[in-house]
Amino acid sequence: MATGTESPATEPRPESGGVRGGTRAAIAAPHLRTDRWWLAPAGTAAGLLAFIVYSTWRAFANADYYAAPYVSPFYSPCLAENCEPMKAGPNWEIFGSWWGISPAIIILIFPLGFRLTCYYYRKAYYRGFWASPPACAVAEPHKKYSGETRFPLVLQNIHRYFFYAALLVAGILTYDTVLTFRDENYAWGHMGLGTLVFLVNIVLIWAYTISCHSCRHIVGGKLKHFSRHPVRYRMWQWAGKLNARHMQLAWASLVSVALADFYVYLVASGAFDDPRFF
Amino acid sequence: MSGYTAHFKVWRGDVSGGGLEDFEVEVNEGEVVLDIIHRLQATQTPDLAVRWNCKAGKCGSCSAEINGRPRLMCMTRMSVFDREETITVTPLRAFPVVRDLVTDVGFNYTKAREVPAFVPPAGVAPGEYRMMQEDVDRSQEFRKCIECFLCQDTCHVVRDHEENKQAFAGPRFLMRVAELDMHPLDAAAETGLDRKTTAQDEHGLGYCNITKCCTEVCPEGIKITDNALIPLKERAADRKYDPLVWLGSKIRRRSSAG
Amino acid sequence: MSVVDRQEWDVVVVGAGGAGLRAAIEARERGARTAVICKSLFGKAHTVMAEGGIAAAMANANENDSWQVHFRDTMRGGKFLNQWRMAELHAQEAPQRVWELETWGALFDRTKDGRISQRNFGGHEYPRLAHVGDRTGLELIRTLQQKIVSLQQEDFRETGDYESRLKIFQECTVTRVLKTVSDSGSAAGGRVSGVFAYERESGRFFVLEAPAVVIATGGIGKSFKVTSNSWEYTGDGHALALLAGAPLLNMEFVQFHPTGMVWPPSVKGILVTESVRGDGGVLRNSDGKRFMFDYIPDVFKEKYAETEEEGDRWYDDPDHNRRPPELLPRDEVARAINAEVKEGRGSPHGGVFLDVSTRMPAEVIKRRLPSMYHQFKELADVDITAEAMEVGPTCHYVMGGVAVESDTAAARGVPGLYAAGEVAGGMHGSNRLGGNSLSDLLVFGRRAGWHAAEYAAGAAGARPVVDDVQIDAAAAEALRPFSAEAEIEEPKGGPPENPYTLHQELQQTMNDLVGIIRREAEMEQALEKLAELRVRARRAGVEGHRQFNPGWHLALDLRNMLLVSECVARAALERTESRGGHTREDHPGMDRTWRRINLLCALTDPTGGLAATDPVRGQIALTRETTEPVRADLLALFDKEELVKYLAEEELYE
Repeated sequence: MATGTESPATEPRPESGGVRGGTRAAIAAPHLRTDRWWLAPAGTAAGLLAFIVYSTWRAFANADYYAAPYVSPFYSPCLAENCEPMKAGPNWEIFGSWWGISPAIIILIFPLGFRLTCYYYRKAYYRGFWASPPACAVAEPHKKYSGETRFPLVLQNIHRYFFYAALLVAGILTYDTVLTFRDENYAWGHMGLGTLVFLVNIVLIWAYTISCHSCRHIVGGKLKHFSRHPVRYRMWQWAGKLNARHMQLAWASLVSVALADFYVYLVASGAFDDPRFF
Repeated sequence: MSGYTAHFKVWRGDVSGGGLEDFEVEVNEGEVVLDIIHRLQATQTPDLAVRWNCKAGKCGSCSAEINGRPRLMCMTRMSVFDREETITVTPLRAFPVVRDLVTDVGFNYTKAREVPAFVPPAGVAPGEYRMMQEDVDRSQEFRKCIECFLCQDTCHVVRDHEENKQAFAGPRFLMRVAELDMHPLDAAAETGLDRKTTAQDEHGLGYCNITKCCTEVCPEGIKITDNALIPLKERAADRKYDPLVWLGSKIRRRSSAG
Repeated sequence: MSVVDRQEWDVVVVGAGGAGLRAAIEARERGARTAVICKSLFGKAHTVMAEGGIAAAMANANENDSWQVHFRDTMRGGKFLNQWRMAELHAQEAPQRVWELETWGALFDRTKDGRISQRNFGGHEYPRLAHVGDRTGLELIRTLQQKIVSLQQEDFRETGDYESRLKIFQECTVTRVLKTVSDSGSAAGGRVSGVFAYERESGRFFVLEAPAVVIATGGIGKSFKVTSNSWEYTGDGHALALLAGAPLLNMEFVQFHPTGMVWPPSVKGILVTESVRGDGGVLRNSDGKRFMFDYIPDVFKEKYAETEEEGDRWYDDPDHNRRPPELLPRDEVARAINAEVKEGRGSPHGGVFLDVSTRMPAEVIKRRLPSMYHQFKELADVDITAEAMEVGPTCHYVMGGVAVESDTAAARGVPGLYAAGEVAGGMHGSNRLGGNSLSDLLVFGRRAGWHAAEYAAGAAGARPVVDDVQIDAAAAEALRPFSAEAEIEEPKGGPPENPYTLHQELQQTMNDLVGIIRREAEMEQALEKLAELRVRARRAGVEGHRQFNPGWHLALDLRNMLLVSECVARAALERTESRGGHTREDHPGMDRTWRRINLLCALTDPTGGLAATDPVRGQIALTRETTEPVRADLLALFDKEELVKYLAEEELYE
């Protein structure tokens, strides 16, 4: 169509068929990529799966999550009566004695929701688990596709509320990290290997949270004129710098939170003795 | 470095059918895939159809798929391939084929027309426009676009689902909506056009599942997903999925009506 | 016969670059139903390659700037051969044309106070080029494209059809401008009646009937081997005008841009923007010497720095220092590079070194010259922030073109024919300044669209009648390459010729024999070679069918390239002086008596036939014409001492 005018709707085309559809170049192969395109989605899927398995076990275990002064990030804040007592720790018995299962479940919903609706993780699991698409220019196996236009995926749009919640959670985990400058008798001014683990984790958690696309939008991205809001413009630039590393931070903080939890598990279960520096 | 003979498979045919044809062709130092296609034209297949223009990565005409990946032929250097490797060149697979490596990219021109143009601000004469560099930076990035349509080609929303072409503008034209919405002097809102809402309602922003293939193929290195599509999704969320904003606009509308 | 599809329009614009689109916008806004025909896709025109900027005396960067200063610079650059009224209009109207782009959505780089930033460029006294990084041409084309779309959206709201008043016929080629015939059947003296074209995709012929045709097809660079021009630049518009009976003006002036890439071979000729020098890049030879200081011609001696120190100070303090000689007009720099290479002080691949890496921090280079950085990184594997580029002259622009009326852009001799942009001659004289091209497109594109629309409105009562005989002849001409073998029985016939081979030979001939430095004997040799190619081109044959057949397209374009090449060669042979883009080794000086002389090319066979394959006579006849004296108030803008260098005695005291 040399004049570039008719709309694609004017002539009926096969309802589906994608790259092998009626008017496209007749090529039978779903893709012609010769590189190892499957490596990235496979790696992503494996990594996410490993985390899911580990975190499910730990979240439902309801044990070995507190070893003074450390509380597992999976169990903080601990909001049920069945929580282990943590002196000045983040346990408030908002949920009464009726809560029978692991108290981790109450709170994990927030970081889980934050990550589930995160723009990076969405890409990762759409590609890795749902093959939509498996990789760029590789045909996807689905007949129909409506993206994020309908329920339930339209709910991805509430990412910003999980971001607000994630700010609170990150605040509490910061508080937990401050508490790790105590010894097992709650005396201040001490530090152990666990303190370092917690410090690294909280820095990564904050970096991941602040690098969120919603955060970047809220601090300044929504503005039309940066020149009229110099402070927000500066904040937007910072968020943007971090945002460029959102994927790396998503993985790094995922690993660090699991490691922090595992560290607490090792210490609480007695498998490892937290080396104290002072 | 001396020349060598490379193995090529080039798709030839038209809408009624076709297939990959094998060629042996000479390659010299510093050449790009488009040079090789031109050599085929000049020496073996004078009627091999190919669309090209500037040969410097500035016009976005010579889009094709090389070893299954959407790329500009003029910007794909032969040195990135092994000498033994067979290099496969096909037309873009998201659009109807015309002949050989040429496809009908009319879809993109149709979509371009569906995006309402820049609305000049009322009462500002030519020559009186004042815009700060930091306010035009974002839109300027998007205006680097050379309209090669590789992002439109690679996007699985239309590549794998012909039926979505109606509802979905594609990354290039969603980016155009973002460009206009971020333009410091665009007065669309004053005329009752809310680009944030129409991005979702008219141009199919919701179809995008941000898998970033558009960003991966962009020869201009525009961060389409992070800088245009996601910010646009957030702007749409401001309008449509933020109860506080929604409530506020309801109240304001009521009070202004009353 | 004549079963080809026909449509009626008021104005047909041939070419969708800056000038064509600006003309179309103007014609449509003035009420003419307008069709645009272009060889590429809409928005891919060669204008996108323009990097530096749009010259316009907006005085944003230096308040001393004014149209008068811009006019002066343009005349100096063109060595006073410019059609001065065009240079005047251009300098006066350019700022409005740039500001208007902003109202259509263009986003130029900004000054601190939010106005359009302007940069330095060769030959311009003040920073004058509105720009967007180094992709200004892309911004221009996209803005015009989007303005066209917005007009189509308006039409859609009113008529329900996007294309009711403004339509783009993309990937179509015009092969003939059609004219009305007198009662005797001759088209000579007729007026424009439409164009004959074919769709590249299907090979289908069609005719657009229109009283006014605007030619905006750009240049002729594809007749040269080393060129920055794209495949579209086959001189189509020049040839269309010639064939329609409109003369071409001063075709000997071809600009060789001093800095094209020289390596790798496949990208040889691709442009390295002048902004590299405007922003501080310097030229060095293999001895590491900034050789441009040795090449400042007398006419420019007072305007350029004599020491490297002064030149370097100029970037920061232009009011108290003179500019470095790297920023001399393009012809001077191109010749200097040519001389250095010839004397054995060139770079390994036959160019010279253009260095920014030692002049600016890497970050600044990447920010100010992003597409140059990428171009070298991706095409040559050279990191310009770490090493010097290798550059050499490349055929870039033709100053000559269709002879037009300054105010209306109407082609001389053919009522209803207009020309704007590179295809039009006169505006730039013997040499164009960087940045003056984009502004030329806008200023004269608008004027061409305006007057074409007015002319078409005047002709509304009596639309010109399209001559069926011409349509049949045009169709037969276009189909000829498919029957090349059948014509072998012609006397002196031979086997069918490969159009690609013919094209290569033509490019080599023009490059070697009518290139940057010209000699009488070589040009005579070139004319003989062109005659031979002309004969062989009649046997250019193609395989396959009419659907998107590049071999066929090239075979048709050869006619245009051969015509235009002959114009260049004949005019260059005739002009026995060196001036701007025309350098004669055997006549190295600028001759004041030649300043008043324009050379006009016309077909030897005015009926428009191309049968003339006689090598000696050729297809082109030259005539000399004495130009109108420059208006007194414009001359008064220059110092007497300066005018003495250009003008003959009697002109000075008139």
